[in-house]
Amino acid sequence: MIIPRVPVQHRRLLPDRRLSGPTPWVIAILMLLTLLAAAAGVGLARSANAIGDAIAGRVTVQIVTANPVTRAEQAVALRRAAAAQPFVRSARAVEQEELKATLGQWFGGAEGDDPVLQSLPLPALIDIDFVGEDRARHMGQLRALVALEAPGARIIPHAEWLGPVARLIRSLAWVAGGLVVLMTLASAAVVIMTARAALGTHYATIEMLHMIGATDQQITRLFQRRIAIDTAYGIALGTVVAALILLLIGWQWSGVTSGLAATASLGPAGWTLLLALPLLAIALAALTARLTLLAALQKIL
Amino acid sequence: MVEFSGVGLRYGPDAEILSDISFNLQPGSFYFLTGASGAGKTSLLKLLYLAQRPSRGIVRLFGEDLVSMPRHRLPGFRRRIGVVFQDFRLIPHLSARDNIALPLRIAGVSEEDLSGPVGEMLSWIGLAERAEAFPPTLSGGEQQRVAIARAVIARPQLLVADEPTGNVDPEMATRLLGLFEALNRLGTTVVVATHDIHLISRIENAQMMRLEKGRLSDPTGALRYPPNRS
Repeated sequence: MIIPRVPVQHRRLLPDRRLSGPTPWVIAILMLLTLLAAAAGVGLARSANAIGDAIAGRVTVQIVTANPVTRAEQAVALRRAAAAQPFVRSARAVEQEELKATLGQWFGGAEGDDPVLQSLPLPALIDIDFVGEDRARHMGQLRALVALEAPGARIIPHAEWLGPVARLIRSLAWVAGGLVVLMTLASAAVVIMTARAALGTHYATIEMLHMIGATDQQITRLFQRRIAIDTAYGIALGTVVAALILLLIGWQWSGVTSGLAATASLGPAGWTLLLALPLLAIALAALTARLTLLAALQKIL
Repeated sequence: MVEFSGVGLRYGPDAEILSDISFNLQPGSFYFLTGASGAGKTSLLKLLYLAQRPSRGIVRLFGEDLVSMPRHRLPGFRRRIGVVFQDFRLIPHLSARDNIALPLRIAGVSEEDLSGPVGEMLSWIGLAERAEAFPPTLSGGEQQRVAIARAVIARPQLLVADEPTGNVDPEMATRLLGLFEALNRLGTTVVVATHDIHLISRIENAQMMRLEKGRLSDPTGALRYPPNRS
């Protein structure tokens, strides 16, 4: 049991005041930081996975033939031929208007109607998604197809330019995970120090209880209960503040729709993990307190 | 009941506090332990109430060897021993009633079953009116009476008392000694460490052990001294 049952009369063996002074506050701060780090880790990991899934099997074929008519014909022929291949899930020609709208952000015309942009020869782009995992073979097959339908066109795997970003995000997720582990260890250390301090403060009572026949289990239950309650207060406080912060960030995040940022979310598994962390923390605190107390009592006859 | 054979006790690398202590305490007997300050009375009592294991020798209590007894079995033996400490060792944040009830609660006696004996004990030591008072608000004598009540409430088989009448007036000392005697008549073996030579004469058939520099002694031969040597 996380918080052991102790008869009311036995609870009075420890004074009513909190055992540990600042312990609940320190635990609250550590819990807050743990939850924020865990949320960041989960969000980043999901983002990295989403990017990885998106780019892993996708290439863009860039047709840069100078003659616009030939370029358009090659694009149509390549898209049609690619779509018919069994190793291709989808082949989509990127509309010129879409290209202009994207480039227009740099040319100053949001609608892509900038005269300079209008005068530029834009390449024809075809986004192709592969089927399955055998990407190296599919690349070879696509190269052969491109050489046939649009000689001189470039094949750009998305993993080439987005891969490092995904790896960076994944690394940051691991760093966040490491922080969660470190803060969990710090919380356990705080509980150990609290348990030892409590034993020191109440040594005379413990000695007396031993002399009248109290077992280690009876004494441990008393202290374990008090420490578990103290840490539970801290964990609850840290969780509430973390939840408020995460909800605020989530609310602000919901307005972000562009690019990589839009891929970051916690998902049901992430929220479940965040909800489970406080309960795990209380269990860890109680277990740590119990083991510390039993080990310390073993040293007393 | 209690057998000491060739018992020695030392703390760390220092010389022995107790040396070659050998005696048998018979069930239902009454013993006084005397000796000058620093003779080792409190150390001997610690061995008796299992606060300390000896450095050498054999200690048998209730028929069992305590020297090699695993630690987890000690609480069961301690519940059969009542201890009155020289410095009382009451728990300051518990009322007089709760301090007295402590051994029964630790032994798992229900609140319903312990309220009667605790109330009677409070009346007997004259503190019924102060049952809810906390030790820091009690006088030295009152604290001592609570400490004695706590030691005897569970009707121990062995009662060990370290200077139990040191802080009470003569009348209360007589009453407390009467309580010890009554318990003794009910079969409790009593060991009282005291400086008060007058106290010893008040208990008929009491036997005496005298400690000098950590050894049991009877230099004059005038003491009633049976603790039978093993």
